[in-house]
Formats: sequence, C-alpha cells, structure tokens
Amino acid sequence: MRHNLFSKSSDSGFTHALSREITPESIYTERRAWLMHMATGVAGLSMAAWASREALAQGSGAIVTRHGKLPPLTGAVSRVSGANTMEKFTPYADASSYNNFYEFGTDKADPAKYAHTLQTKPWAVDIEGLVKKPGRFDVDDLLKLSPMEERIYRLRCVEGWSMVIPWVGYSLAELIKRVEPLGNAKYVEFITQADPKTMPGVRSRVLDWPYVEGLRMDEAMHPLTLLSFGMYGEVLPNQNGAPVRLVVPWKYGFKSAKSLVKIRFVEKQPINSWGRSAPQEYGFYSNVNPNVDHPRWSQATERRIGEDGLFAKKRKTLMFNGYEAQVGQLYAGMDLSKLY
Amino acid sequence: MATRRKWASSTQAWTSASCIDVTALLRQVLQHRGFKWVLWMLCLLPFAWLVWGAANDALGANPAEYLSRATGDWTLRFLCVVLAVTPLRVMLRLPELAKWRRMLGLFTYFYAVLHLLCYSWFDMGFEWADMAADIAKRPFIWVGFAAFVLLTPMALTSFNRAIRWLGAKRWQWLHRLVYVVAVLAVLHFFWMRAGKNNFAEVLVYASVLFALLAWRFLRAIGFIR
Repeated sequence: MRHNLFSKSSDSGFTHALSREITPESIYTERRAWLMHMATGVAGLSMAAWASREALAQGSGAIVTRHGKLPPLTGAVSRVSGANTMEKFTPYADASSYNNFYEFGTDKADPAKYAHTLQTKPWAVDIEGLVKKPGRFDVDDLLKLSPMEERIYRLRCVEGWSMVIPWVGYSLAELIKRVEPLGNAKYVEFITQADPKTMPGVRSRVLDWPYVEGLRMDEAMHPLTLLSFGMYGEVLPNQNGAPVRLVVPWKYGFKSAKSLVKIRFVEKQPINSWGRSAPQEYGFYSNVNPNVDHPRWSQATERRIGEDGLFAKKRKTLMFNGYEAQVGQLYAGMDLSKLY
Repeated sequence: MATRRKWASSTQAWTSASCIDVTALLRQVLQHRGFKWVLWMLCLLPFAWLVWGAANDALGANPAEYLSRATGDWTLRFLCVVLAVTPLRVMLRLPELAKWRRMLGLFTYFYAVLHLLCYSWFDMGFEWADMAADIAKRPFIWVGFAAFVLLTPMALTSFNRAIRWLGAKRWQWLHRLVYVVAVLAVLHFFWMRAGKNNFAEVLVYASVLFALLAWRFLRAIGFIR
C-alpha cells in the first residue's frame, strides 16, 4: 500500500494535515469497497489502473488506462500532500475530448478535433523578468529538470463540472528555484502559445491572445502547483495543453494555462485573460469556492464527468476544491468574497 | 419522356412540360392526408435523437449539459419556424400553411418544457427553494423563465374552443405574446453566451427572428402587402 498517504510529507515546508484527517469518511468507505473489488478480481479498468500505479512508480510503465497512441511518460507516486486523491479517474476518452481550449474553438469538442495541427516540436519556454537566470529552456531539458511524479488531482471547471486526472510532471517550484527569482518578483505570469496558423480559434475575438494567466509567488511555489507534461501515463495530448502546461488543482480550471511558451516574473499582479475579458465574472485568484457564486450560476455544486449519472444529484463543491488543508493558509485573512 | 407519361396524369396539377410549379406542389403536400404525420415525426425527430443519445451514452462527456443546450437550441429553432409560418403563407400565397401553425407552436412549447425540465432536474435537482432563489437572482435565468411563463397561456389556449371563449380579437392579442417571447429568448441566449463573448450563434437566431418580426412590422404599417 501507499504508506505516504498516511504519513506527513517531509519535504514541503508546510505543516500538513494527515491524509486521514482531510479525507471525508465517504471516500474511505468507497476506498475499502474498491479494495474488496480488486481482491475479488472484478475491478474495472480504472481500478486496475489504480492498482498498477505502484508498478508504474517502479518504472514498469504498465498503466492500464494508457490510451496507447502517444509516447509513454510515467512518474513516481508523488510524496506531496494532497497529490494522490483516491477518487476514480475520469475516463481518458472524456478527459481528452471535453476541453476548454479556445485557441482551437469555443465548443468543448473543438480542441480534440482541431488540435492535431499544433506543432509541439521544437518547443521552448522562455523564462523572463525578475530572475537571476533568465533564458530559454527547450522542452526536452525541462523534461529532465526534475524527476517526474504522478499527481492525481481533482479538476474543477468554473462552469460547474469536474474530473479526476492523473497528471505527470513536477512541482513548478523546482523550475522556479533554478532560475532564482529576485526579491521584488511578487507574481508569476504564464503566457501561452497563440499561433493563428495552427490554432484556428486565435483568429476569433473571443479573448485577447495570447492567453495569459498569473499566480502570486507563494501560489506558484506551492508544492501542489504542477508543471505538467503528461497524463494517464503518456505525454499530454495536444488538446490538453501539450507539450507543457500548468495545473493548479485548487483553482478553477482556466487558471491552469496550457501550452506554455513564456514564464515571466513580475512585481505587479498580472491581468489574466478572463479577468481582462469579464472582470465581474472572473477574478485573479479564482480559487474554487462553493460560497462565492459566478454571476450566472451557483458554484455550490458540480457534476463529475463520466461518473455522476444524468439524473444523479450534483455533488457538493469543496472549499479550495478539497485542498484547503494544503493551501488554506495562503489566503489567511483575505476576504475571499471580494478577492474571488 | 416515355416514363414521365405514366405518372403525369395524376400530377398534372403541378407539372408542366419544362418545370414544376413549386407553390402548387407545396399545396398538394400540405393538403396530403399523410402530411400531418410526417410533420409530427419531423418535429419529434430531435426529441427522439436526444432520448436515444441519452440512453446510449452518445451525447458526449457531459450529457446533462448537452441536453440542456440542445433543448434550448431546439426551442429557439421552433420559435423561428413557427414565426416564419405567416410570412411564408403570405409571400407564397399558401393559406394551407396556417393550419400547421398551432402544431408548430405547441412543439415550441414542448421543447421549452424540456429545456426547463433539464434546468430543474439536472442543474437544480428539483430543489424548489434553490430554483426560486436562482431565478430571482440571475437575470439570465429570469429572462428565460419569463419567456416560458409567457408561452404557457398560449399553449393553454391553443385549441379551437379557447378562441371562441376569448373572442378572436382577445385571443389574437394574447398570442401576440410570442413576439415578446422571441425577444426574451434571444436575450436569454445572448446573456448565456455573453460571459465568453461568443455571439456567432446568437447573431444567427437574432437575425432570423428580427427579420420575421420586421416583416410583420412593415406589413402592419402598410409598407409591404
């Protein structure tokens, strides 16, 4: 079994709650049911995949949910607290066909249809701004910069749906530490690819391109903030933000910028694309918060894609998407209804 | 030509040596006994697809969202179709068209009911208090709900006896509410898409409905006949 789940993580610099303290009882019960299933050999594909994560961590690469069409990219089981939710994975088919990636169109089926044109090789990410060591990183060098980990995160979209995705990558902090930010670097800005030739949506005026996101330095340095290169044991499909993207599990999905080309260290809070487009609807922080409604719908509940049946009641959305124990202290004293 | 002779006798009304008289053909189709059932089937086709798709998991990763949007889309489409009946009737000189207006109107209501049902069931889980709060709080929901409320008396007074009860004039005034509904429906759709500046489809429906209402206005002021 995965002992790290039940012990404090040692290397994160925060005092974390024990996993069992933050795991709702219902999930424990579910977990036990799975173990029974697996013991009796009736496990479905995703459960088998879950069982094989250990094997994967040891480098066998034999993950059942692999789609099989993209090069494998595996990672060791992460030791970061909160990085291993035991919830059922969203089917790969759903996670790779239901995407918001407006550079390829506004319909959620568009990215899977049109993203094949994206050229992910060669690819480089520029590090700019208030750092001691700015420069250009080839994606192949980024891949080798730190050991790959598998992180199973909940993903909560601002639109009211959610998924559970096994990402592969490492903490963004690993990269940040290497480029040595200066003292006045308070925020990190993420700039993504915007190529009208390969991204048909960039010709539309839905947003100002390129798509830009931002994090406060302490958010960017948080061990849960992931620089991701893969999912489900393979490199990222284009529609999910290949070759390298951000994953910030406690914030609404649009904060997790895809297909990064620039990471800039700045002093002032950057203006993110959705904040620029509709400031009354999307704030800079955009932390998952069931108590702060979107102007056009409630954020109190969500529908888990591929799992909650059509007639099932929507599940309750958790504060910080269930990562409150890990990230709550970043926002101590802040009025989250104002700084939404 | 030889083969044509065989069936020409029964279709003389709408054929000539060189071309087909479209109006006469349409008139024949509209008056055909089987047309009612064909129209029924056509109107139910979207519903059948949605039921089949939901049962066979063919509606994508988020069937609840798909159903909510599809029923909203079909309500708008039927609204366009039903509002096109009168202009087409006048322009094509096809009084037979008027007969089908009621059925199309009721199907508009049918898809509106499904749309509201999707919202109440999938989004709100039939939590009536939450729904009331949601409708009151959000202009975009409120406008959609208002459009539904206005459609209801029209659906309830769609049968012949209702016209007699109300008197033709009053009945007609009541049913002019559909123009308000058209405006509210477009506004509802516009607001829904506004957050993402995604107005291409909104513009299509808005243009069609605008043209259909403008035609009525121009006719009312005697600009067109």
